[in-house]
Amino acid sequence: MFRTALRNVLAHKARLLMTVLAVLLGVAFVSGTLVFTNTISDAFQKSSQKGFDNVDVAIQPHTADRDREERRPGHAPKLSQHLLDQAGKVPGAASATGSVSGFAAVADKHGKLVGEGFNSTGANYYPGPGGKDARYPLKDGRAPQAAGEIALDAKTADRGGYKIGDTVRLSVDGPVLEKKLTGVFTTDDGNVSAGGSLALFDTATAQKLYATPGEFGEIDVKAAPGTSQAALKTAIDKILPRDAEATTGKQLADDQATMIAQGMDGMKTGMLVFAGISLFVGIFIIANTFTMLVSQRTKELALMRAVGASRRQVTRSVLLEALVVGAVAAVTGLLAGIGIGAGLRSLLNGAGATVPDGPLVITPGTVVTSLVVGIVVTMLAAWLPGRRAAKIPPVAAMNSVHAVATTRSLVVRNTIGALLSGTGIAAVLAATGMKDGKTVLGIGAGLLLIGVFVLTPLLSRPLIAAAAPVLNLFGISGKLARQNAVRNPRRTAATASALMIGLTLITGLTVIAGSVQQAIDKMATSAIKADYVVSMASHTPLSPEVAKKLASAPGVTASSPLRMSASRIDGDHESLTGVDGKSIKELTKLDFTAGSFDGLTAGKAVVDESTAKSHGWKLGSTVDATFEDGKHGKITVSGIYKGNELMRGIMVDTTTLAPHQSVVNDQQVMVKTKAGTGASAKDSLSKALGDNPAIQIQDKKDISNDIAKAISLMLNMLYGLLGMAVIVAVLGVVNTLAMSVFERSQEIGMLRAIGLDRKGIKRMVRLESLVISLFGGVLGVGLGVFFGWAAGELIGKSLGTYEMVLPWGRIAVFLLIAALVGVLAALWPARRAAKLNMLAAIKAE
Amino acid sequence: MEYVLNAPPSRQELSLVTTTPSGASTAVRTTAVAARATDLTKVYGQGETQVVALDAVSVEFRQAEFTAIMGPSGSGKSTLMHCMAGLDTVSGGSARIGDTELTALNDKKLTRLRRDKIGFIFQAFNLLPTLNALENITLPMDIAGRKPDQAWLDTVVETVGLSGRLKHRPNQLSGGQQQRVAVARALAGRPEIMFADEPTGNLDSRSGAEVLGFLRNSVRELGQTVVMVTHDPVAASYADRVVFLADGRIVDEMYEPSADAVLDRMKRFDAKGRTS
Repeated sequence: MFRTALRNVLAHKARLLMTVLAVLLGVAFVSGTLVFTNTISDAFQKSSQKGFDNVDVAIQPHTADRDREERRPGHAPKLSQHLLDQAGKVPGAASATGSVSGFAAVADKHGKLVGEGFNSTGANYYPGPGGKDARYPLKDGRAPQAAGEIALDAKTADRGGYKIGDTVRLSVDGPVLEKKLTGVFTTDDGNVSAGGSLALFDTATAQKLYATPGEFGEIDVKAAPGTSQAALKTAIDKILPRDAEATTGKQLADDQATMIAQGMDGMKTGMLVFAGISLFVGIFIIANTFTMLVSQRTKELALMRAVGASRRQVTRSVLLEALVVGAVAAVTGLLAGIGIGAGLRSLLNGAGATVPDGPLVITPGTVVTSLVVGIVVTMLAAWLPGRRAAKIPPVAAMNSVHAVATTRSLVVRNTIGALLSGTGIAAVLAATGMKDGKTVLGIGAGLLLIGVFVLTPLLSRPLIAAAAPVLNLFGISGKLARQNAVRNPRRTAATASALMIGLTLITGLTVIAGSVQQAIDKMATSAIKADYVVSMASHTPLSPEVAKKLASAPGVTASSPLRMSASRIDGDHESLTGVDGKSIKELTKLDFTAGSFDGLTAGKAVVDESTAKSHGWKLGSTVDATFEDGKHGKITVSGIYKGNELMRGIMVDTTTLAPHQSVVNDQQVMVKTKAGTGASAKDSLSKALGDNPAIQIQDKKDISNDIAKAISLMLNMLYGLLGMAVIVAVLGVVNTLAMSVFERSQEIGMLRAIGLDRKGIKRMVRLESLVISLFGGVLGVGLGVFFGWAAGELIGKSLGTYEMVLPWGRIAVFLLIAALVGVLAALWPARRAAKLNMLAAIKAE
Repeated sequence: MEYVLNAPPSRQELSLVTTTPSGASTAVRTTAVAARATDLTKVYGQGETQVVALDAVSVEFRQAEFTAIMGPSGSGKSTLMHCMAGLDTVSGGSARIGDTELTALNDKKLTRLRRDKIGFIFQAFNLLPTLNALENITLPMDIAGRKPDQAWLDTVVETVGLSGRLKHRPNQLSGGQQQRVAVARALAGRPEIMFADEPTGNLDSRSGAEVLGFLRNSVRELGQTVVMVTHDPVAASYADRVVFLADGRIVDEMYEPSADAVLDRMKRFDAKGRTS
């Protein structure tokens, strides 16, 4: 049996090629994802582990909110110099290192930021007993010792073009700092190996920048030879104050490894979902191919039945063929996937996102998963055709006439399809009216997608018939193409469905993304009256210096910071936003349902509607607040406004907060200038801030561009991932056409004989391909728009300015892509059809 | 759609003008030649496996004449037809349809020649299952982008007796009816010559007789020229003339054949085949 199956596979190599390719691509996607994520997370884990080489026990501020009632809101505990001194003297401790760290943006020689904003760090150089910090071996120069000195990691110094003795421009929370580069060091720091920058200050300077003098963020203790990490931890636990805890270096490394693995898991799952979509699409192609092979071999299979093979053996022989095909595709797919994994890593490296070096990780799990997925998917798809093969009666072998399989009625199929689609549509529509309809919407969308897929054969006739007027322009080729396309509705349906699935998702996501972008955009531009919004590029807090400088900058007519301060009100944590009470109404445009910004002075607050409602506040209510230093105060509600995504919560005048804040953090500063927006106004603001690369000055257009950029980046990634499903769908179209050409070779030969030239034959095949592809495209775009609309109804509930925007341009592009798919897929089958040997085709019976 | 070949219209016109579909049983005989092979040679393969299918065959097919080509299997009768009909390439010699030399034509011109000047009838009917009977009949005109001559079309449809079945699909028709559609398709374009390859091979004797009758009528009443390949002596007896082929050569010719005479002639081939 196995030998027959193997022979069959070999005999139909060419026809199985597309099937193999489809499975191969899916498997490659799966194994590529696994190899890539495993490799990256392994590399990150190894590099982060190296970072803990010097740490046997780490003392960190206790972050758990154990006794929140006693603690001051928003206060982050720090570790004292006293604790550091004590830790170094604990029995079994060799040395103790204190560290403080935070954000530090380094500009290169041209004033541009080095690295990304989010992984630019600054820390202290803590000379140990030998006068050296073991974490940061110096490559060149000496350690920073005074406030005006700095050391940079080798990569950053290189990228910034700095040499020892140069003046480095950098910024921690706004103002530009200029420091002399005294040393260049190497480090295993995970952030740096991942492409970030690290600047080192002397301890006192770092403490001033990131904490308060004499305090540390972390204390690392190194064990003396012969002392275990656990023993050292036990010793240190005894001296710990209440708001600090000790962790062994091993535990830290493990924790970080778990965290990295978790981070990668999200990415892995996401990519596997898309791999799954590709494989799902591939199922259609496999099923199509095997259906074809079985119907071509009707006689042969009947002969097997006639000479005594049981039905089960016939099914099994088809499944065995699928097994062989699946195994070949899975193995090659696995190899391709490993290649993809390796390629992706070097691609990332090339793109500047530095990934730590490490070996390519191919786990047994990856190999097994890939092989199993490939084989199971293929056999699953071949199962139905296999069952159908078993139903061929033995007498079919005796018939001299073609035993043409009778087309089974589509009534049952259409009924099921109509039921599924109907339920799906009902569920989707019901979901749009619900408060939390996400699950219902998902289920409804799934049902509808399957329902439409089941109904595709029924839909193919009217939809393709609708294209008749256009096709008839191409004369007889067009007419024949249209009729050929609906000749085997099931096959056409399966082929078009493969394309439909990809395009449904792509269109739906595009509709949603475009609408959300417009909604946020509208909100941003309608809520803000300010000409510019100033913030850190890294989205870390700004120094209050910035607000002060901007307020006095030339041409500025109004400015206000958005100053965050934690507080507790009625036992709940609430964030207070400090604003300039006099200027804020010039800078924002909010709808007040009661009161206004007027009179927002010390002791007053404006509150958004939902916060007011949840606390039961009205205009004039007096609120008892606990400020971040733990002191109590009374605030009177002087206005209630409609909140939105950008502006919400409790706003107070900065003077209300001033007595309670030791460290002031501004999220952003809003500015209105006399000149309005324009290059010169922006320049003068930038100049007032000392041309700091870490600070971004954005007008409304910049903000909406930012939003657009983020959304289109996300969309492009999704397009890339879904593109795979489209490629698999192209293979499906190629496959179907190749099969059609093969099946109809006699017809094509006759057409050639009675005078249709090669061009006409080619055109006929191409048009058929185009019709099938566009059919899938239209279905996909239609469903996508419907799902996009339905999802939008849900989003609209939480996003007030949401309104569905139909991306006509994109929709046209998608249909164009569908058409392109059709044309490309037809290239090879059309050539084959035109080259067909006329005589052989006519003689063939 | 400018036709590039310089076919003299006079002869064609002559035969068509002088024949009327009024049922006059007098066939109009002209001596004009519809197709001619001169030293036509066809060789398959190379070297050791070389097979000479046609060995310098010279033959004429006259207008408004029904010619049958007969011969044992492998005699080259199908090859001769394929070469004359522009379906196959020629190794040597010349093949002409009217005044057009086929060997000088490229694929595109050959295709056009087949479309406009030649009608085909195949053993396996070869109708398009997606088209109904009428659409199948007008297919060659549709390919050419021409409007069919309605009066002629009506005549043809009536002649083959398909008036009531024009809207039927091939799978709703019997084998005989399907082959009649094929005959009508070949006739509809008023070809200069029609080639039929074992047209009765897949039919029962009654349907076969009908189809052969139509072919003969199309010659006698409509003035068409028909060349038919067959190995059935009864089919050959419908022809005006039988050409016998053996081993790639023309070995005999017979006018006004009867089935018995053809069978006798064929038996001699068989005997020769067995003795040699």
